[in-house]
Amino acid sequence: MSLKDNLISSFMVMENRGKVDLDSGFHQMRSEAINAFEKQGFPTKKDEEWKYTSLNSVLKHDYSIFPKSEAAVEFKEVKKYFVHEIETYKIVFIDGVYSSFLSETTHDGYDICLMSAALKKPKYKMVLDNYFNTIADKENSITNLNTAFTMEGAYINIGKNKVLPKPIQIVNFYTGSEKDILLQPRNLVVVGENSHVQIIERHQSLSDNVVLTNAVTEIFANKRAIVDHYKIQNDNDNASMIDSTYVQQKANSIVSVNTYSFGGKLTRNNVEFFHEGEHIESHINGISILDKKQHVDNHTLIHHKFPNCESFELYKGIFDASSTGVFNGKVIVDQEAQKTNAFQQNNNILIGDKATINAKPQLEIFADDVKCSHGCTIGQLDESAMFYMQSRGIPEKEAKALLLYAFGNEVVEKIKIPELKTRITKLIANKLGVKLGFEI
Amino acid sequence: MLKIENLHAGVEDKGILKGINLEVKAGEVHAIMGPNGSGKSTLSSVISGNEAFEVTDGDVILEDESVLELSPDERAHKGVFMSFQYPIEIPGVSTTNFIKTAINEKRKANGEEELPAKDMLKLIREKSALLEMDRKFLSRSLNEGFSGGEKKRNEIFQMAMLEPKLAILDETDSGLDIDALKIVANGVNKLRTKENAVIVITHYQRLLDYIVPDFVHVLHDGKIVKSGGKELALELEAKGYDWIK
Repeated sequence: MSLKDNLISSFMVMENRGKVDLDSGFHQMRSEAINAFEKQGFPTKKDEEWKYTSLNSVLKHDYSIFPKSEAAVEFKEVKKYFVHEIETYKIVFIDGVYSSFLSETTHDGYDICLMSAALKKPKYKMVLDNYFNTIADKENSITNLNTAFTMEGAYINIGKNKVLPKPIQIVNFYTGSEKDILLQPRNLVVVGENSHVQIIERHQSLSDNVVLTNAVTEIFANKRAIVDHYKIQNDNDNASMIDSTYVQQKANSIVSVNTYSFGGKLTRNNVEFFHEGEHIESHINGISILDKKQHVDNHTLIHHKFPNCESFELYKGIFDASSTGVFNGKVIVDQEAQKTNAFQQNNNILIGDKATINAKPQLEIFADDVKCSHGCTIGQLDESAMFYMQSRGIPEKEAKALLLYAFGNEVVEKIKIPELKTRITKLIANKLGVKLGFEI
Repeated sequence: MLKIENLHAGVEDKGILKGINLEVKAGEVHAIMGPNGSGKSTLSSVISGNEAFEVTDGDVILEDESVLELSPDERAHKGVFMSFQYPIEIPGVSTTNFIKTAINEKRKANGEEELPAKDMLKLIREKSALLEMDRKFLSRSLNEGFSGGEKKRNEIFQMAMLEPKLAILDETDSGLDIDALKIVANGVNKLRTKENAVIVITHYQRLLDYIVPDFVHVLHDGKIVKSGGKELALELEAKGYDWIK
């Protein structure tokens, strides 16, 4: 049975087993989503948006679809995957099931808790009705699949005028309890007027078994809200990830979505921003450092619908061995969106002889009084810089690493949490295979 | 210290150096002058190991050992230093971090422990004062947005930090105003000892007023066509290069 057929029959099993409330409006949404998925199927390379990313190799497995009960994981075994140097709220899932033991949630003044709880309790119904699945792309079959199977994930609802005292970590572990597993976390983040929230998200496999994660996150930033979302993608070679993040911003809000892609077999990031007000700032940053046969596809969309908004996009990629990358950055500026500033930059270095990158800036500008720019470069290591460093006594390997580190540094510098910045820098040093000769 | 024997080198099929012979002893300062295109910069690149140039004949011997098979970093570990005519900008790496890495790599190669952070800072303070460098340059990205003069000063600062046995200053005077030139020359002079040697590559005589050479060599079409004392530089300044061809 193909994965698609398996998923559709699993959906029916879910309905029949009474796992979901068939009479609710929510179930109506699930049904529509699975029907859409059934029509659309998984994307293939014939789809323009998937031209350079084939899912064939990740779809061929016989995935388990429903999470089992929580497997035991000791904190000390997984401590290193947390940014543990600082106090944080934590929403932790093991094999798709909430781990109360590893988590630190709250309802004190705001809700940092679970999607499963929000789905069950009437008091969350209004928030879900107002926000859930309202900005997720209905044309995206994989997002529809996630919607159909929404069970668990982070539910974050912050009211007005709250500056969170500490960041929130959303961590998904996979223990290898099943041979091949499909995980579909669904996160909802609603940030009220004037509130500030920082989120660090990570997906980590603890075994060599195959895992495919299809994650969807919807983020709503109300007026003057500030939201920073950081995604650490450093999973092992048998883990693949399709991550879709949809962001809606109201007037004067500032939101950043940042991806750090160093690991995994295949990673696809869809990041889409929609503006619903003036004087909005959107920041979207990413760095990919790949080797072996790894593949990362960054697909971004920033849709400027209102005047006087700004967007800043910066993606860097370092591709070694036979790794492959895709960057597709779409910026749409509607006719009404005068005085838009939209900047996009995508720089790539190919180190491996067989490494490739397909980069496609896509600007669709219908307003005339705007400043929009894009720059895209694909290059190799600067040999004169290599010689300069070597002539100072820095060996080739270290010189190369230092140059690559410097190349990526512009993205790392944008991280607002110092401990996270240190962590990302260390991950980069590890990935480049060097001990950088200075404190970082 | 350095012996260059019948050195032939070039890029691809084009010969640039066509039989250079030169001996530099410890404690000496040699100036290499010559018109544009005579091979001055190629010579410094070949000595420091730039792989863009191919050595087709001859040898470069440092302290009785051929260095032609060594990589640029290995030569640096043996005490070769070149001050670049056009120092490279490296955004994202601060001057401090760069020089720390360079020093510790050299120490590692020579079987020494890393220099303790406290000593490193002291050394940096001392040497940057010698070059009258504004401390804020040290925390900025290496050479990024530096003026020509600042870049050259930074080169000599790195030289001061690394304490090379053989320093090659490639057109260090270009892009320097007279005040900066004096500071840079003063820095070089203070670093001179009986154990190290300096090769000054320059187009003009001006720098040699401040870094006084023991020997002057004139390079023309890949060969040393004339050698003499410091008065040769003055003669060249007065007469130009034409009479020597």
